[in-house]
Amino acid sequence: MIEFRDVDYRLNGNNAPSSSAAKSGNSRTHNADGKVILDRLNLQIASGETFVLLGRSGSGKTTALRLVNRLLEPTSGAVLVSQRATTDWDPVALRRGIGYVIQDAGLFPHYTVEQNIAVAPRLENWPEDRIYARIEELLNLVGLQSAEFAARYPRELSGGQRQRVGVARALAADPKILLMDEPFGALDPITRAEIQKEFLALQKRLRKTVVFVTHDTREALYLGNRIGLMEGGRLVNVFTPEQFLHETSGAAAKYLAALQIGEPGSA
Amino acid sequence: MNFFHFIRHNGDQILAATLEHLWLVGASMFIAIVVGVPLGIVVTRKRWLGKPILGTASVAETIPSLALFGFLLPVPWLGARADRLAIFALALYALLPIIRNTVAGISGVDPGVREAALAMGMTQNQILLKVELPLASSYLIAGIRVATVLTIGIATIAAAIGAGGLGEFIFRGLAMVNDQLIFAGALPAAILALLADFLLGRLEHRLRFAT
Repeated sequence: MIEFRDVDYRLNGNNAPSSSAAKSGNSRTHNADGKVILDRLNLQIASGETFVLLGRSGSGKTTALRLVNRLLEPTSGAVLVSQRATTDWDPVALRRGIGYVIQDAGLFPHYTVEQNIAVAPRLENWPEDRIYARIEELLNLVGLQSAEFAARYPRELSGGQRQRVGVARALAADPKILLMDEPFGALDPITRAEIQKEFLALQKRLRKTVVFVTHDTREALYLGNRIGLMEGGRLVNVFTPEQFLHETSGAAAKYLAALQIGEPGSA
Repeated sequence: MNFFHFIRHNGDQILAATLEHLWLVGASMFIAIVVGVPLGIVVTRKRWLGKPILGTASVAETIPSLALFGFLLPVPWLGARADRLAIFALALYALLPIIRNTVAGISGVDPGVREAALAMGMTQNQILLKVELPLASSYLIAGIRVATVLTIGIATIAAAIGAGGLGEFIFRGLAMVNDQLIFAGALPAAILALLADFLLGRLEHRLRFAT
């Protein structure tokens, strides 16, 4: 479903598809001028799996994610979505088939909850009654009462509620792929645990192809079918959570050790 | 004859001058918005154009208004009619705050929100119309508010080249050393400025609250 083939990403490689993508560029991918951000990334992500990219800040995991919906383009190599290189896709068509959830949700502050969720269906010109049925369905799915929340503005929601709406919005046009960039990173530990659990149950039902970026080892172990460990722009290894837990040496063991020592705070 | 008598006896004239004044301000603001907002958008898209565009508008801003009216008089077509010339010059003054606030408003949109819009498959035009401009609207109005108040004041000077408006009274009053005449021009101009400031301020506040 998603495949990285020998993907390099270098800064100043003239690889931003449009000025606005570069402008909205995440500071994490832009603070190391001229550097190699991704180094020969090879990876296949299967349909219906939750693939977690785990790594510390600056390891290239967010860049990898942003290559999938062509917010960035590879300097060399290719990223294939449905057997087609992202650079061969019309970016708008590609993105309409991919849900995207980021930290703090990126909700439109001038839109209500229902207007936010309706963005993608409206872009796809769904009839209004279908859109409203979909809003209702999605709010239920993410555990928000539509009577209470549909007409609220994002500023009238808690962080956890905002994140739930962010997930609902990403799912609205029923994309096959979901990209999530530390979506629960800004939540308090209890809300985070709740929403992780809900997400797991949701994913069991929906079977989307999920690429999930996090630096939280616990989250990776809990949510991922497979975990790709990234360090300095390289994919060190790919593990199942089982394998990861039984690593006694190498990079994964380091993460586990940090987990033990850092017991009280997981993030 | 006290001031109020004066106003009562010359009400028609003052009203006519006020309407003339509103025409000068309204027309020049219309031009400044139609030109300034797109220029501001262009600056946010092509950063390298920021310096030349904002620089030119800043230079225009520094030319003393009386001198600018004078400079423009010999320009063909433009100098042929006083109100045409005045509207052009006033629009020039209004341009800078409008461009600057358009740029500030759009640049101030949360990059996460813009990225979400892009990632959802919005085109650049959709992002501009549905996300950036609505979120920048209170800044836009703030720029228009500053420009309008400024223009109402400067428009009084347009009377020096015969463009009419409330400045007529002021210049006549100066020539005749007649305070009442000066007041008859200055007071309505001040009221107009306060009114514009108040109304646009409320609009600005409403839009800011809505986002």
